[in-house]
Amino acid sequence: MFETLSYLTLQEYWWFLVGLLGALFVFMTFVQGGQTLLWTLGKTEIQRDLIVNTLGRKWELTFTALVMFGGALFAAFPLFYATSFGGAYYVWMAILFCFIIQAVAYEYRKKPNNVFGEKTYEVFLFINGSLGIVLIGTALGTLFTGGHFVVNDMHLSHWTVPSYGLEAALVFFNVAFGFMLFFLSRLLAALYFINAVDQAEIIDRARTVLKYETWIFLILFVYVIANILLMQGYNYDPVSKVVTLESMKYLHNFMAMPLVAGLAVIGTLLLIWGVILALFFKSDKGIWPAGSGVVMVVLSLFLILGYNHTAFYPSLSDIQSSLTIENSSGSKYTLTAMSYVSLLVPFVLGYIIVVWRIMNREKITETEVKNDPHHY
Amino acid sequence: MEHLDPSLVDWSRAQFALTALYHWIFVPLTLGLTFIVAIMESIYVKTGDEWWKNTTKFWMGLLAINFAIGLATGIIMEFEFGTNWSNYSWIVGDIFGAPLAIEGLMAFFMESTFFAIMFFGWEKVSKRAHLLSTWLVAVGSNLSALWILVANGWMQHPVGMHFNPDTARNEMTDFWAILFNPNAYSKFLHTISGGYVLAALFVIAISSWYLLKKRNIQFARRSIMVAASFGLIVSLFNVTTGDDSARQVAQHQPVKLAAMEGLYDGKPGAEIVAFGILNPNKKINDTQDPFLFKLAIPYGLSVLSYHKLDAYVPGLKQLVYGDKEKQIMSAQGKMDRGTKAVTALTNYKKAKASKDKLAQAAALKAFDADSAYLGYGYLKAPEEVIPPVATTFYAFHTMVIFGSWFILLFMIILYLTMTNELHTKRWALWAGVLSLPMGYAAQEAGWITAEVGRQPWAIQDMLPVGMATSNISSGSVMITFWMFAVLFTALLIAEVSIMTTQIKIGPKEAKHV
Ligand code: HDD
Ligand code: HEM
Ligand code: HEM
Repeated sequence: MFETLSYLTLQEYWWFLVGLLGALFVFMTFVQGGQTLLWTLGKTEIQRDLIVNTLGRKWELTFTALVMFGGALFAAFPLFYATSFGGAYYVWMAILFCFIIQAVAYEYRKKPNNVFGEKTYEVFLFINGSLGIVLIGTALGTLFTGGHFVVNDMHLSHWTVPSYGLEAALVFFNVAFGFMLFFLSRLLAALYFINAVDQAEIIDRARTVLKYETWIFLILFVYVIANILLMQGYNYDPVSKVVTLESMKYLHNFMAMPLVAGLAVIGTLLLIWGVILALFFKSDKGIWPAGSGVVMVVLSLFLILGYNHTAFYPSLSDIQSSLTIENSSGSKYTLTAMSYVSLLVPFVLGYIIVVWRIMNREKITETEVKNDPHHY
Repeated sequence: MEHLDPSLVDWSRAQFALTALYHWIFVPLTLGLTFIVAIMESIYVKTGDEWWKNTTKFWMGLLAINFAIGLATGIIMEFEFGTNWSNYSWIVGDIFGAPLAIEGLMAFFMESTFFAIMFFGWEKVSKRAHLLSTWLVAVGSNLSALWILVANGWMQHPVGMHFNPDTARNEMTDFWAILFNPNAYSKFLHTISGGYVLAALFVIAISSWYLLKKRNIQFARRSIMVAASFGLIVSLFNVTTGDDSARQVAQHQPVKLAAMEGLYDGKPGAEIVAFGILNPNKKINDTQDPFLFKLAIPYGLSVLSYHKLDAYVPGLKQLVYGDKEKQIMSAQGKMDRGTKAVTALTNYKKAKASKDKLAQAAALKAFDADSAYLGYGYLKAPEEVIPPVATTFYAFHTMVIFGSWFILLFMIILYLTMTNELHTKRWALWAGVLSLPMGYAAQEAGWITAEVGRQPWAIQDMLPVGMATSNISSGSVMITFWMFAVLFTALLIAEVSIMTTQIKIGPKEAKHV
């Protein structure tokens, strides 16, 4: 069935999947947000244990979503994988280090003779949740602002500045994007705790976080979105493939794809509705509209980046080197084969949802954490 | 495509080797222990005996400690293909990326989802649902091995693709050929069975230590019983699949095979060296004996590689300098044709840029004639095709010697357990403890054989490592190499400390039956 699709349709399909994975990952960063709230919400040791154990049942999913995002990019858009990872070397390496230390932190934090002490592992969690997320946001920001790379006629690429990606942190937009994700992850975390734990003080403090940080997030969000709508983007000619600058390209993309624009608007409203539910209706279900909203908004951003003849990874060194979903993708054969594999996605999502519901059927309490011999 | 800075290549190789060797300390134990735990939990569910539940939980606790650091060291490997082997990622990414993505989708999600139930779900789901989750974690971890070995098997023996001169990369033409690559299968079966062997050794070593300390006697004896039976079966399977791997190497990577055996001069009915010390001064084109000392089994290599007593096995000399009679092309001959292919490809690109259709067609024709040797066009000297012989040789022999020993060990332990004498035989218990480091050594040695023996190729006969790296400064890779070395070592120290503490605390045996 996928054989009958055109090459471009397959590329669009895969860009959609990559965007969806990226969006699900951003939703799942509530784990990271929660890690940065450890001391804000947990004032006693048992409260902190409760928080760590609540996140501890989910962190691997976030981790796997990140790995999967990488794997899907590699399989579907290998030139992006090669160009960005091999060029913006320091940024990606720094991100990876932030995730390496997370992977051991949950399991080792409370174990006797863990060499570095409980505090160190908590600091690992904090670094992962803060620096890790800000850096990922900065890297995502470069999809709009571009990178300093050149791709030659053999499709081999190299970075043209010796800071290998660190220069992205000097662009205000990228950093704002990073901090926006950071505050978003904290909002989602607060909503998740309200949903998943049964501990009045933690829930109260989570509401306080929502009350103040929603504003910080919204300011950053408005700044970022306004910039995206007004900034110039990189358009390419569908026939000649020549890349040119176009002012307000992303705004044009939204207008050309009203469904995507609708997705962004509804997503934003759902996110705000989630917060309102939690704050004003004292509901514990805010995470669901807010989470769905985040997935929709992030997906819509990916779609305006890659669809409608847009270069999703502009080159600042040589505009014709910019990457598009057409010039960076796998072969038609590979995309077709992988599309069959993608039929597994609903199945995987299905069992994740089933397991999630089982594990969250009852709220997590202090007693449960105390009595579980295998608690983190 | 120009050759890159050699020190960049070396640092990139060093970094990949470092991170892979660290990752591989933890993975084989997960591959095997998930199964042992699943077997124990099955006994619990079948018998309803709480004692088995506690035993299961104890080994699960150790599994979790190991698993965490396995994830920490794994994430970097996935991304290293992009960060450090970016030319590689483009040149073969169209084929190589697919198994990696499938691994994530099919295996990693399964592992990480059901892991949560396995650890935190004892009270949340029924006994059977819990058991199912444990089995799914075991299946998931082994599926991840399948896909990563499909990727690695393809590097050792590339199939199912063609080179597209327009995109200047290899593109997939046959997914099934890649999936059913015989090389991938022997590797997969050999690797997972090696993991099972290691897990059996792990359980035996810890239990033997309890018996030596005269504590947790019942726990240790029952655990040993499970582990030694499991170990004996899987170690026999492990040798069989190892033999199969050797045959794959003989067919597709004869230079690697010659290096594994220190074979300089090919012959029919070649012997296999069971134990040997290489002459460090031996050069490929001198007449010195390659060995200072050796114990050899006549006809062994011919039998191992071709299952025939008098089969001809080519040596390094024939493979580098060629042999007309045996119809072996010399490395120089391949390099000449490779150089033609490189030139034709350059001409093709030029003709395409200047829109000269005629020149384009001519260049393409020339390219097609020699494209099979394209990779050789980037080598500088024929001797470059020889991998580091000593490393490959000693690594291979370490693995085989230890592997043979494990079979014997499992037999002894099983016999002594059956006759109820094990706890009185301190030598056997010590052997049980000391074999664990040998298990780890065999594991690492196996990969060193496979990967160092493949040099100088990143993709066998197709893409030399010098062409495969990212275009970054070697200083950057050096910095990250040291960062990894320090961080991974620190984490390893913490892991070992936590693990040994948990072992000393021991299983909860209050609810004895
Ligand atoms: C406990 C672990 C263990 C043990 C006891 C053995 N192996 Fe092994 N071997 C591995 C663990 C391993 C491995 C780490 O899993 C490797 C690395 C790459 C691979 O596919 O498996 C490997 C690779 C490997 C290769 C290279 C494959 C390649 O280059 O692609 C050969 C020829 C053998 N093995 C053969 C043997 C034989 C004849 C054994 C006889 C006793 C043996 N191995 C025992
Ligand atoms: C024969 C080689 C390999 C096998 C059998 C293997 C298997 C596994 C297994 C079973 C795990 C689960 C964690 C653990 O058990 O410790 C794991 C983790 C991981 N491995 Fe490997 N691995 C191998 C090599 C590699 C390579 C070369 C890569 C790079 C692509 C890689 C990437 C990863 C990643 C990203 C994780 C973390 C996965 C997660 O999110 O759950 N592995 N590997
Ligand atoms: C986890 C077990 C593994 C270990 C211990 C291991 C070990 C090594 C070592 C020692 C090297 C350096 C060789 C040299 O430069 O002399 C290397 C290189 C490499 N390996 Fe592996 N390897 C493992 C699994 C894999 C797998 C499963 C893949 C692919 C899916 C892979 C892909 C590579 C690549 C791309 C390089 C760099 C290029 C090269 O040197 O050929 N490795 N590995």
